[in-house]
Amino acid sequence: MISLSSQFPILVALAPLMAAPFCALFRGNTLPWAMTTIISAFSFYVSLSLLFSVVASGPISYELGGWAPPWGIEYVVDPLSGFMLVLISGISTGVLLFARDSITKEVPAHQLGLFFAAYLLSLTGMLGICITGDAFNIFVFLEIMSLSSYALIAMGERTDRRALTAAFQYLIIGTVGATFYLTGVGLIYMMTGTLNIADIASRFPEIEGTRPILAGVGFIIVGICIKLALFPMHVWLPNSYTYAPNIITAFFAGTATKVSVYLLIRFIFTVFGPNYSFAGLGLTDVLMPLAILGFLSMSAVAIFQTNLKRLLAYSSVAQLGYMVLGIALASEAGLTASVVHIFNHAVVKTGLFLSVGCMFYVVGSTYLKDLQGVGRRMPLTTFGFALGGLGLIGVPLTPGFISKWYLVVAVLEKGSYFGYALVAALMVSSLLAVIYIWRVVEVAYFRPPPEGTETQEAPLSLLIPTWIFILGSFYFGIETSFNVGFAKTIASFLMGGA
Amino acid sequence: MLLLIAGTMTVLMVRNLFVATMLLGIVSFTMALIFISLDAVDVAFTEAAVGAGISTVLYIGTLALVGSQEKERPKLALGPLVICVLVGAILYYATYEMPEFGHPENPVQTHVAPRYVEESPTEIGIPNMVTSVLASYRGYDTFGEVTVIFTAGIGVLLILRQRRRKRTEAEKDAKDTPLDENRGGKGSSLSGLGSAHDLVPHVIAKLLIPFIFVFGLYVQFHGDFGPGGGFQAGVIFAAGIILYALVFSLDLARAVISEKAILFLISAGVVLYGGVGVVSMLLGGNFLDYNVLASDPIAGQHIGILLVELGVGITVTAAMLAIFYAFVGRADLIEEAAQRGEN
Amino acid sequence: MSFGFFNYWVFIILLMIGLYTVMSRNNFVKKMIGLSLFQISVFLFYISMGKISGGTAPIVISGSLDTAEPIYSNPLPHVLILTAIVVGIATTALGLSLVVRIKESFGTIEEDDILEMEDGA
Repeated sequence: MISLSSQFPILVALAPLMAAPFCALFRGNTLPWAMTTIISAFSFYVSLSLLFSVVASGPISYELGGWAPPWGIEYVVDPLSGFMLVLISGISTGVLLFARDSITKEVPAHQLGLFFAAYLLSLTGMLGICITGDAFNIFVFLEIMSLSSYALIAMGERTDRRALTAAFQYLIIGTVGATFYLTGVGLIYMMTGTLNIADIASRFPEIEGTRPILAGVGFIIVGICIKLALFPMHVWLPNSYTYAPNIITAFFAGTATKVSVYLLIRFIFTVFGPNYSFAGLGLTDVLMPLAILGFLSMSAVAIFQTNLKRLLAYSSVAQLGYMVLGIALASEAGLTASVVHIFNHAVVKTGLFLSVGCMFYVVGSTYLKDLQGVGRRMPLTTFGFALGGLGLIGVPLTPGFISKWYLVVAVLEKGSYFGYALVAALMVSSLLAVIYIWRVVEVAYFRPPPEGTETQEAPLSLLIPTWIFILGSFYFGIETSFNVGFAKTIASFLMGGA
Repeated sequence: MLLLIAGTMTVLMVRNLFVATMLLGIVSFTMALIFISLDAVDVAFTEAAVGAGISTVLYIGTLALVGSQEKERPKLALGPLVICVLVGAILYYATYEMPEFGHPENPVQTHVAPRYVEESPTEIGIPNMVTSVLASYRGYDTFGEVTVIFTAGIGVLLILRQRRRKRTEAEKDAKDTPLDENRGGKGSSLSGLGSAHDLVPHVIAKLLIPFIFVFGLYVQFHGDFGPGGGFQAGVIFAAGIILYALVFSLDLARAVISEKAILFLISAGVVLYGGVGVVSMLLGGNFLDYNVLASDPIAGQHIGILLVELGVGITVTAAMLAIFYAFVGRADLIEEAAQRGEN
Repeated sequence: MSFGFFNYWVFIILLMIGLYTVMSRNNFVKKMIGLSLFQISVFLFYISMGKISGGTAPIVISGSLDTAEPIYSNPLPHVLILTAIVVGIATTALGLSLVVRIKESFGTIEEDDILEMEDGA
């Protein structure tokens, strides 16, 4: 008998995967949900313990099937992947606590077993992507995540039939992205003869100047950026987030695009190496303008939205711009900022979407015109939303401030007028965020509620998880040793390892 | 090869979706032939069964529901064209430094692959290297693949499954309306296809189906030695049952294997595959390390591969059937609605 | 079929046609067909690179009287593409089921008609 903890790397992704078939067979409201939550919490526990053992004693490698890499598939937990595992499974667990009462309003009861099975599968996909050390295995798990998310988004059709077209649009674009990725991996495999990420990285310098590699790198980065919804490849995201069931939106907003950011970091820093990516390839010149255009234009677009979920979705695209900007800066400080922002934004955005979920639960709509006076009808929920909004803007003492602070520091490191211009762009974008959050607050607090409505809070089962995320975000905004500390470890690990 | 290009160009041009689907099937089948010439017999087998078989069935099932005429006359779209040409140009640019086609000294052939070619007969002990790599060296990818199929099955059920109407009611409907009236029109009922008058298909199907199943079993268990394996076998099994459902009727097919049983089987396949992995973990190996399954590593590999291939076969059969049932069940639903409208 | 980069060029052309179909066509079924073509083209790319001239299928020929060891083509791309084919059919199934539901719900599967309806809604 081997001790359980040596099997932890596989258990993270395996537990939700193996639970899914059972979940699909369950009936009723409670059982599938309870199982999903327990499994997700278990993954969270395993992720945490993995992260701490990685920090204590270095990266862990796990050989699947007992075959040594590069012949077999390898699971690798390093600080970055451990951090992502904790983030994903943690957000998933929190969202699931919220799910029980929220989802029964949006999904017919006889579908719940299948629904939660699909949820588990998409969780498996995300965890699998983050932990695997094999480029092709990433593709397989990317597809598990994507296929289940198409189905989950389509489940919003009971509320709005546009969920179907949103899911279809996402399916087309997502598959094109994944196939691009596959082509890129093929080109790299062709030149290196291996699929193992560490092995590719070690063989990379020999062949890095060749044309197929150049094309392969291009395909992989474009493929990931499509999945990441980097401006201007973001068109699928606002629709998907708007029409998906509320808990799915909250879950994906915190995790799905972050997984793509993770992949981008992984490929740029671990596989290609920062030297090749930035000095050799000039990725900064490609990613940075897109990132800046992205957060400026998307923040502006968010102001004009009439649907609260859509507004937040556009804001997500803008925030992704910040993360990509951090990567594009090609410095340790930039990378730190990026990782901190992945974490902070995930927590804040999930909290915001959950509070929108509360509003939907009571009001039955997420259009701003229906939410007039919601501040008086649902004081606690709206207050939570407002606090989360502050975090999004980046007011001091909130997590948004921390990540923007690091981003500004990283930008200023670049010096020169260019750096100041960038800071100015960040400021403008933050101001735009003030405007779109203010629009919501104005509608919620300063417009009278419709006649004949009375104060009616969302049930506690929804309020508590929402507030966990909101308060959690403030905790991480003040006590920054966890997120910033880890982000620094990760950044120096990735830059030093290259 | 040129046939392929011609085929795809026509797919692009032709407006009738039914024709486009058929052409897609032809392209897939041609591709399968090319795969054979490139020594990829397993892949060719799968491509023929899936690309030219199952996916064509799915497209036709969809077209029966949504109509088969494209509305607009195809016109040149400039934006997409530019992007495509750009992508093509990048790839064309890349080909110039690609390793020579078919050269044995290419990195692909010299780095990781030799281990599979040279060692797998002794390490795994089965002749088909594709099966060795598939089920053992990269068994986890295949587990992922089973999960993908499982996900698709779950997803299609989530999207398409409606509440089953009561069985007795369904039978009454079937008796009340002569089957031939159900046919024709764009919503031609797939489940109503089984007509008592079609003697020839009935006889032929009855003759064929046993052979299809036997062949499926052969492919399933002979995958270690020749081309084949769980995935291909699963598709063949599913094809057999789909043939039965098409020729006789969906209700009869449902009597043979019910939707509930299918859902159970989809899950069972995944659990079987994962279960092998879990057992190997309990026995002290890593996940999917078959060496520990028996006292002798080679015997362990044999057991492991046999079981996981079985898991693949079960899940694939059931998922294909679930998808097929879901599509056909939808056709019934639409037709019912139409009938109610007429009355 | 083994001269130079012919296989790769065919792959590129197929990929371009597939991608163009996906992006330019209004009809959802046609988009799915384009997507299938796009994926099939990538299969050809992978399989081509695994081929060794004069090689044979990677199945050990036991008991052959030939003393010379046969050259086997690389089995790894075959395995990868088997997986990719499965992913392809899974995507097709899911996509088509969405198309069916869209037809039921909107009454059309032409993208511009639907966009019009959505703007109105």
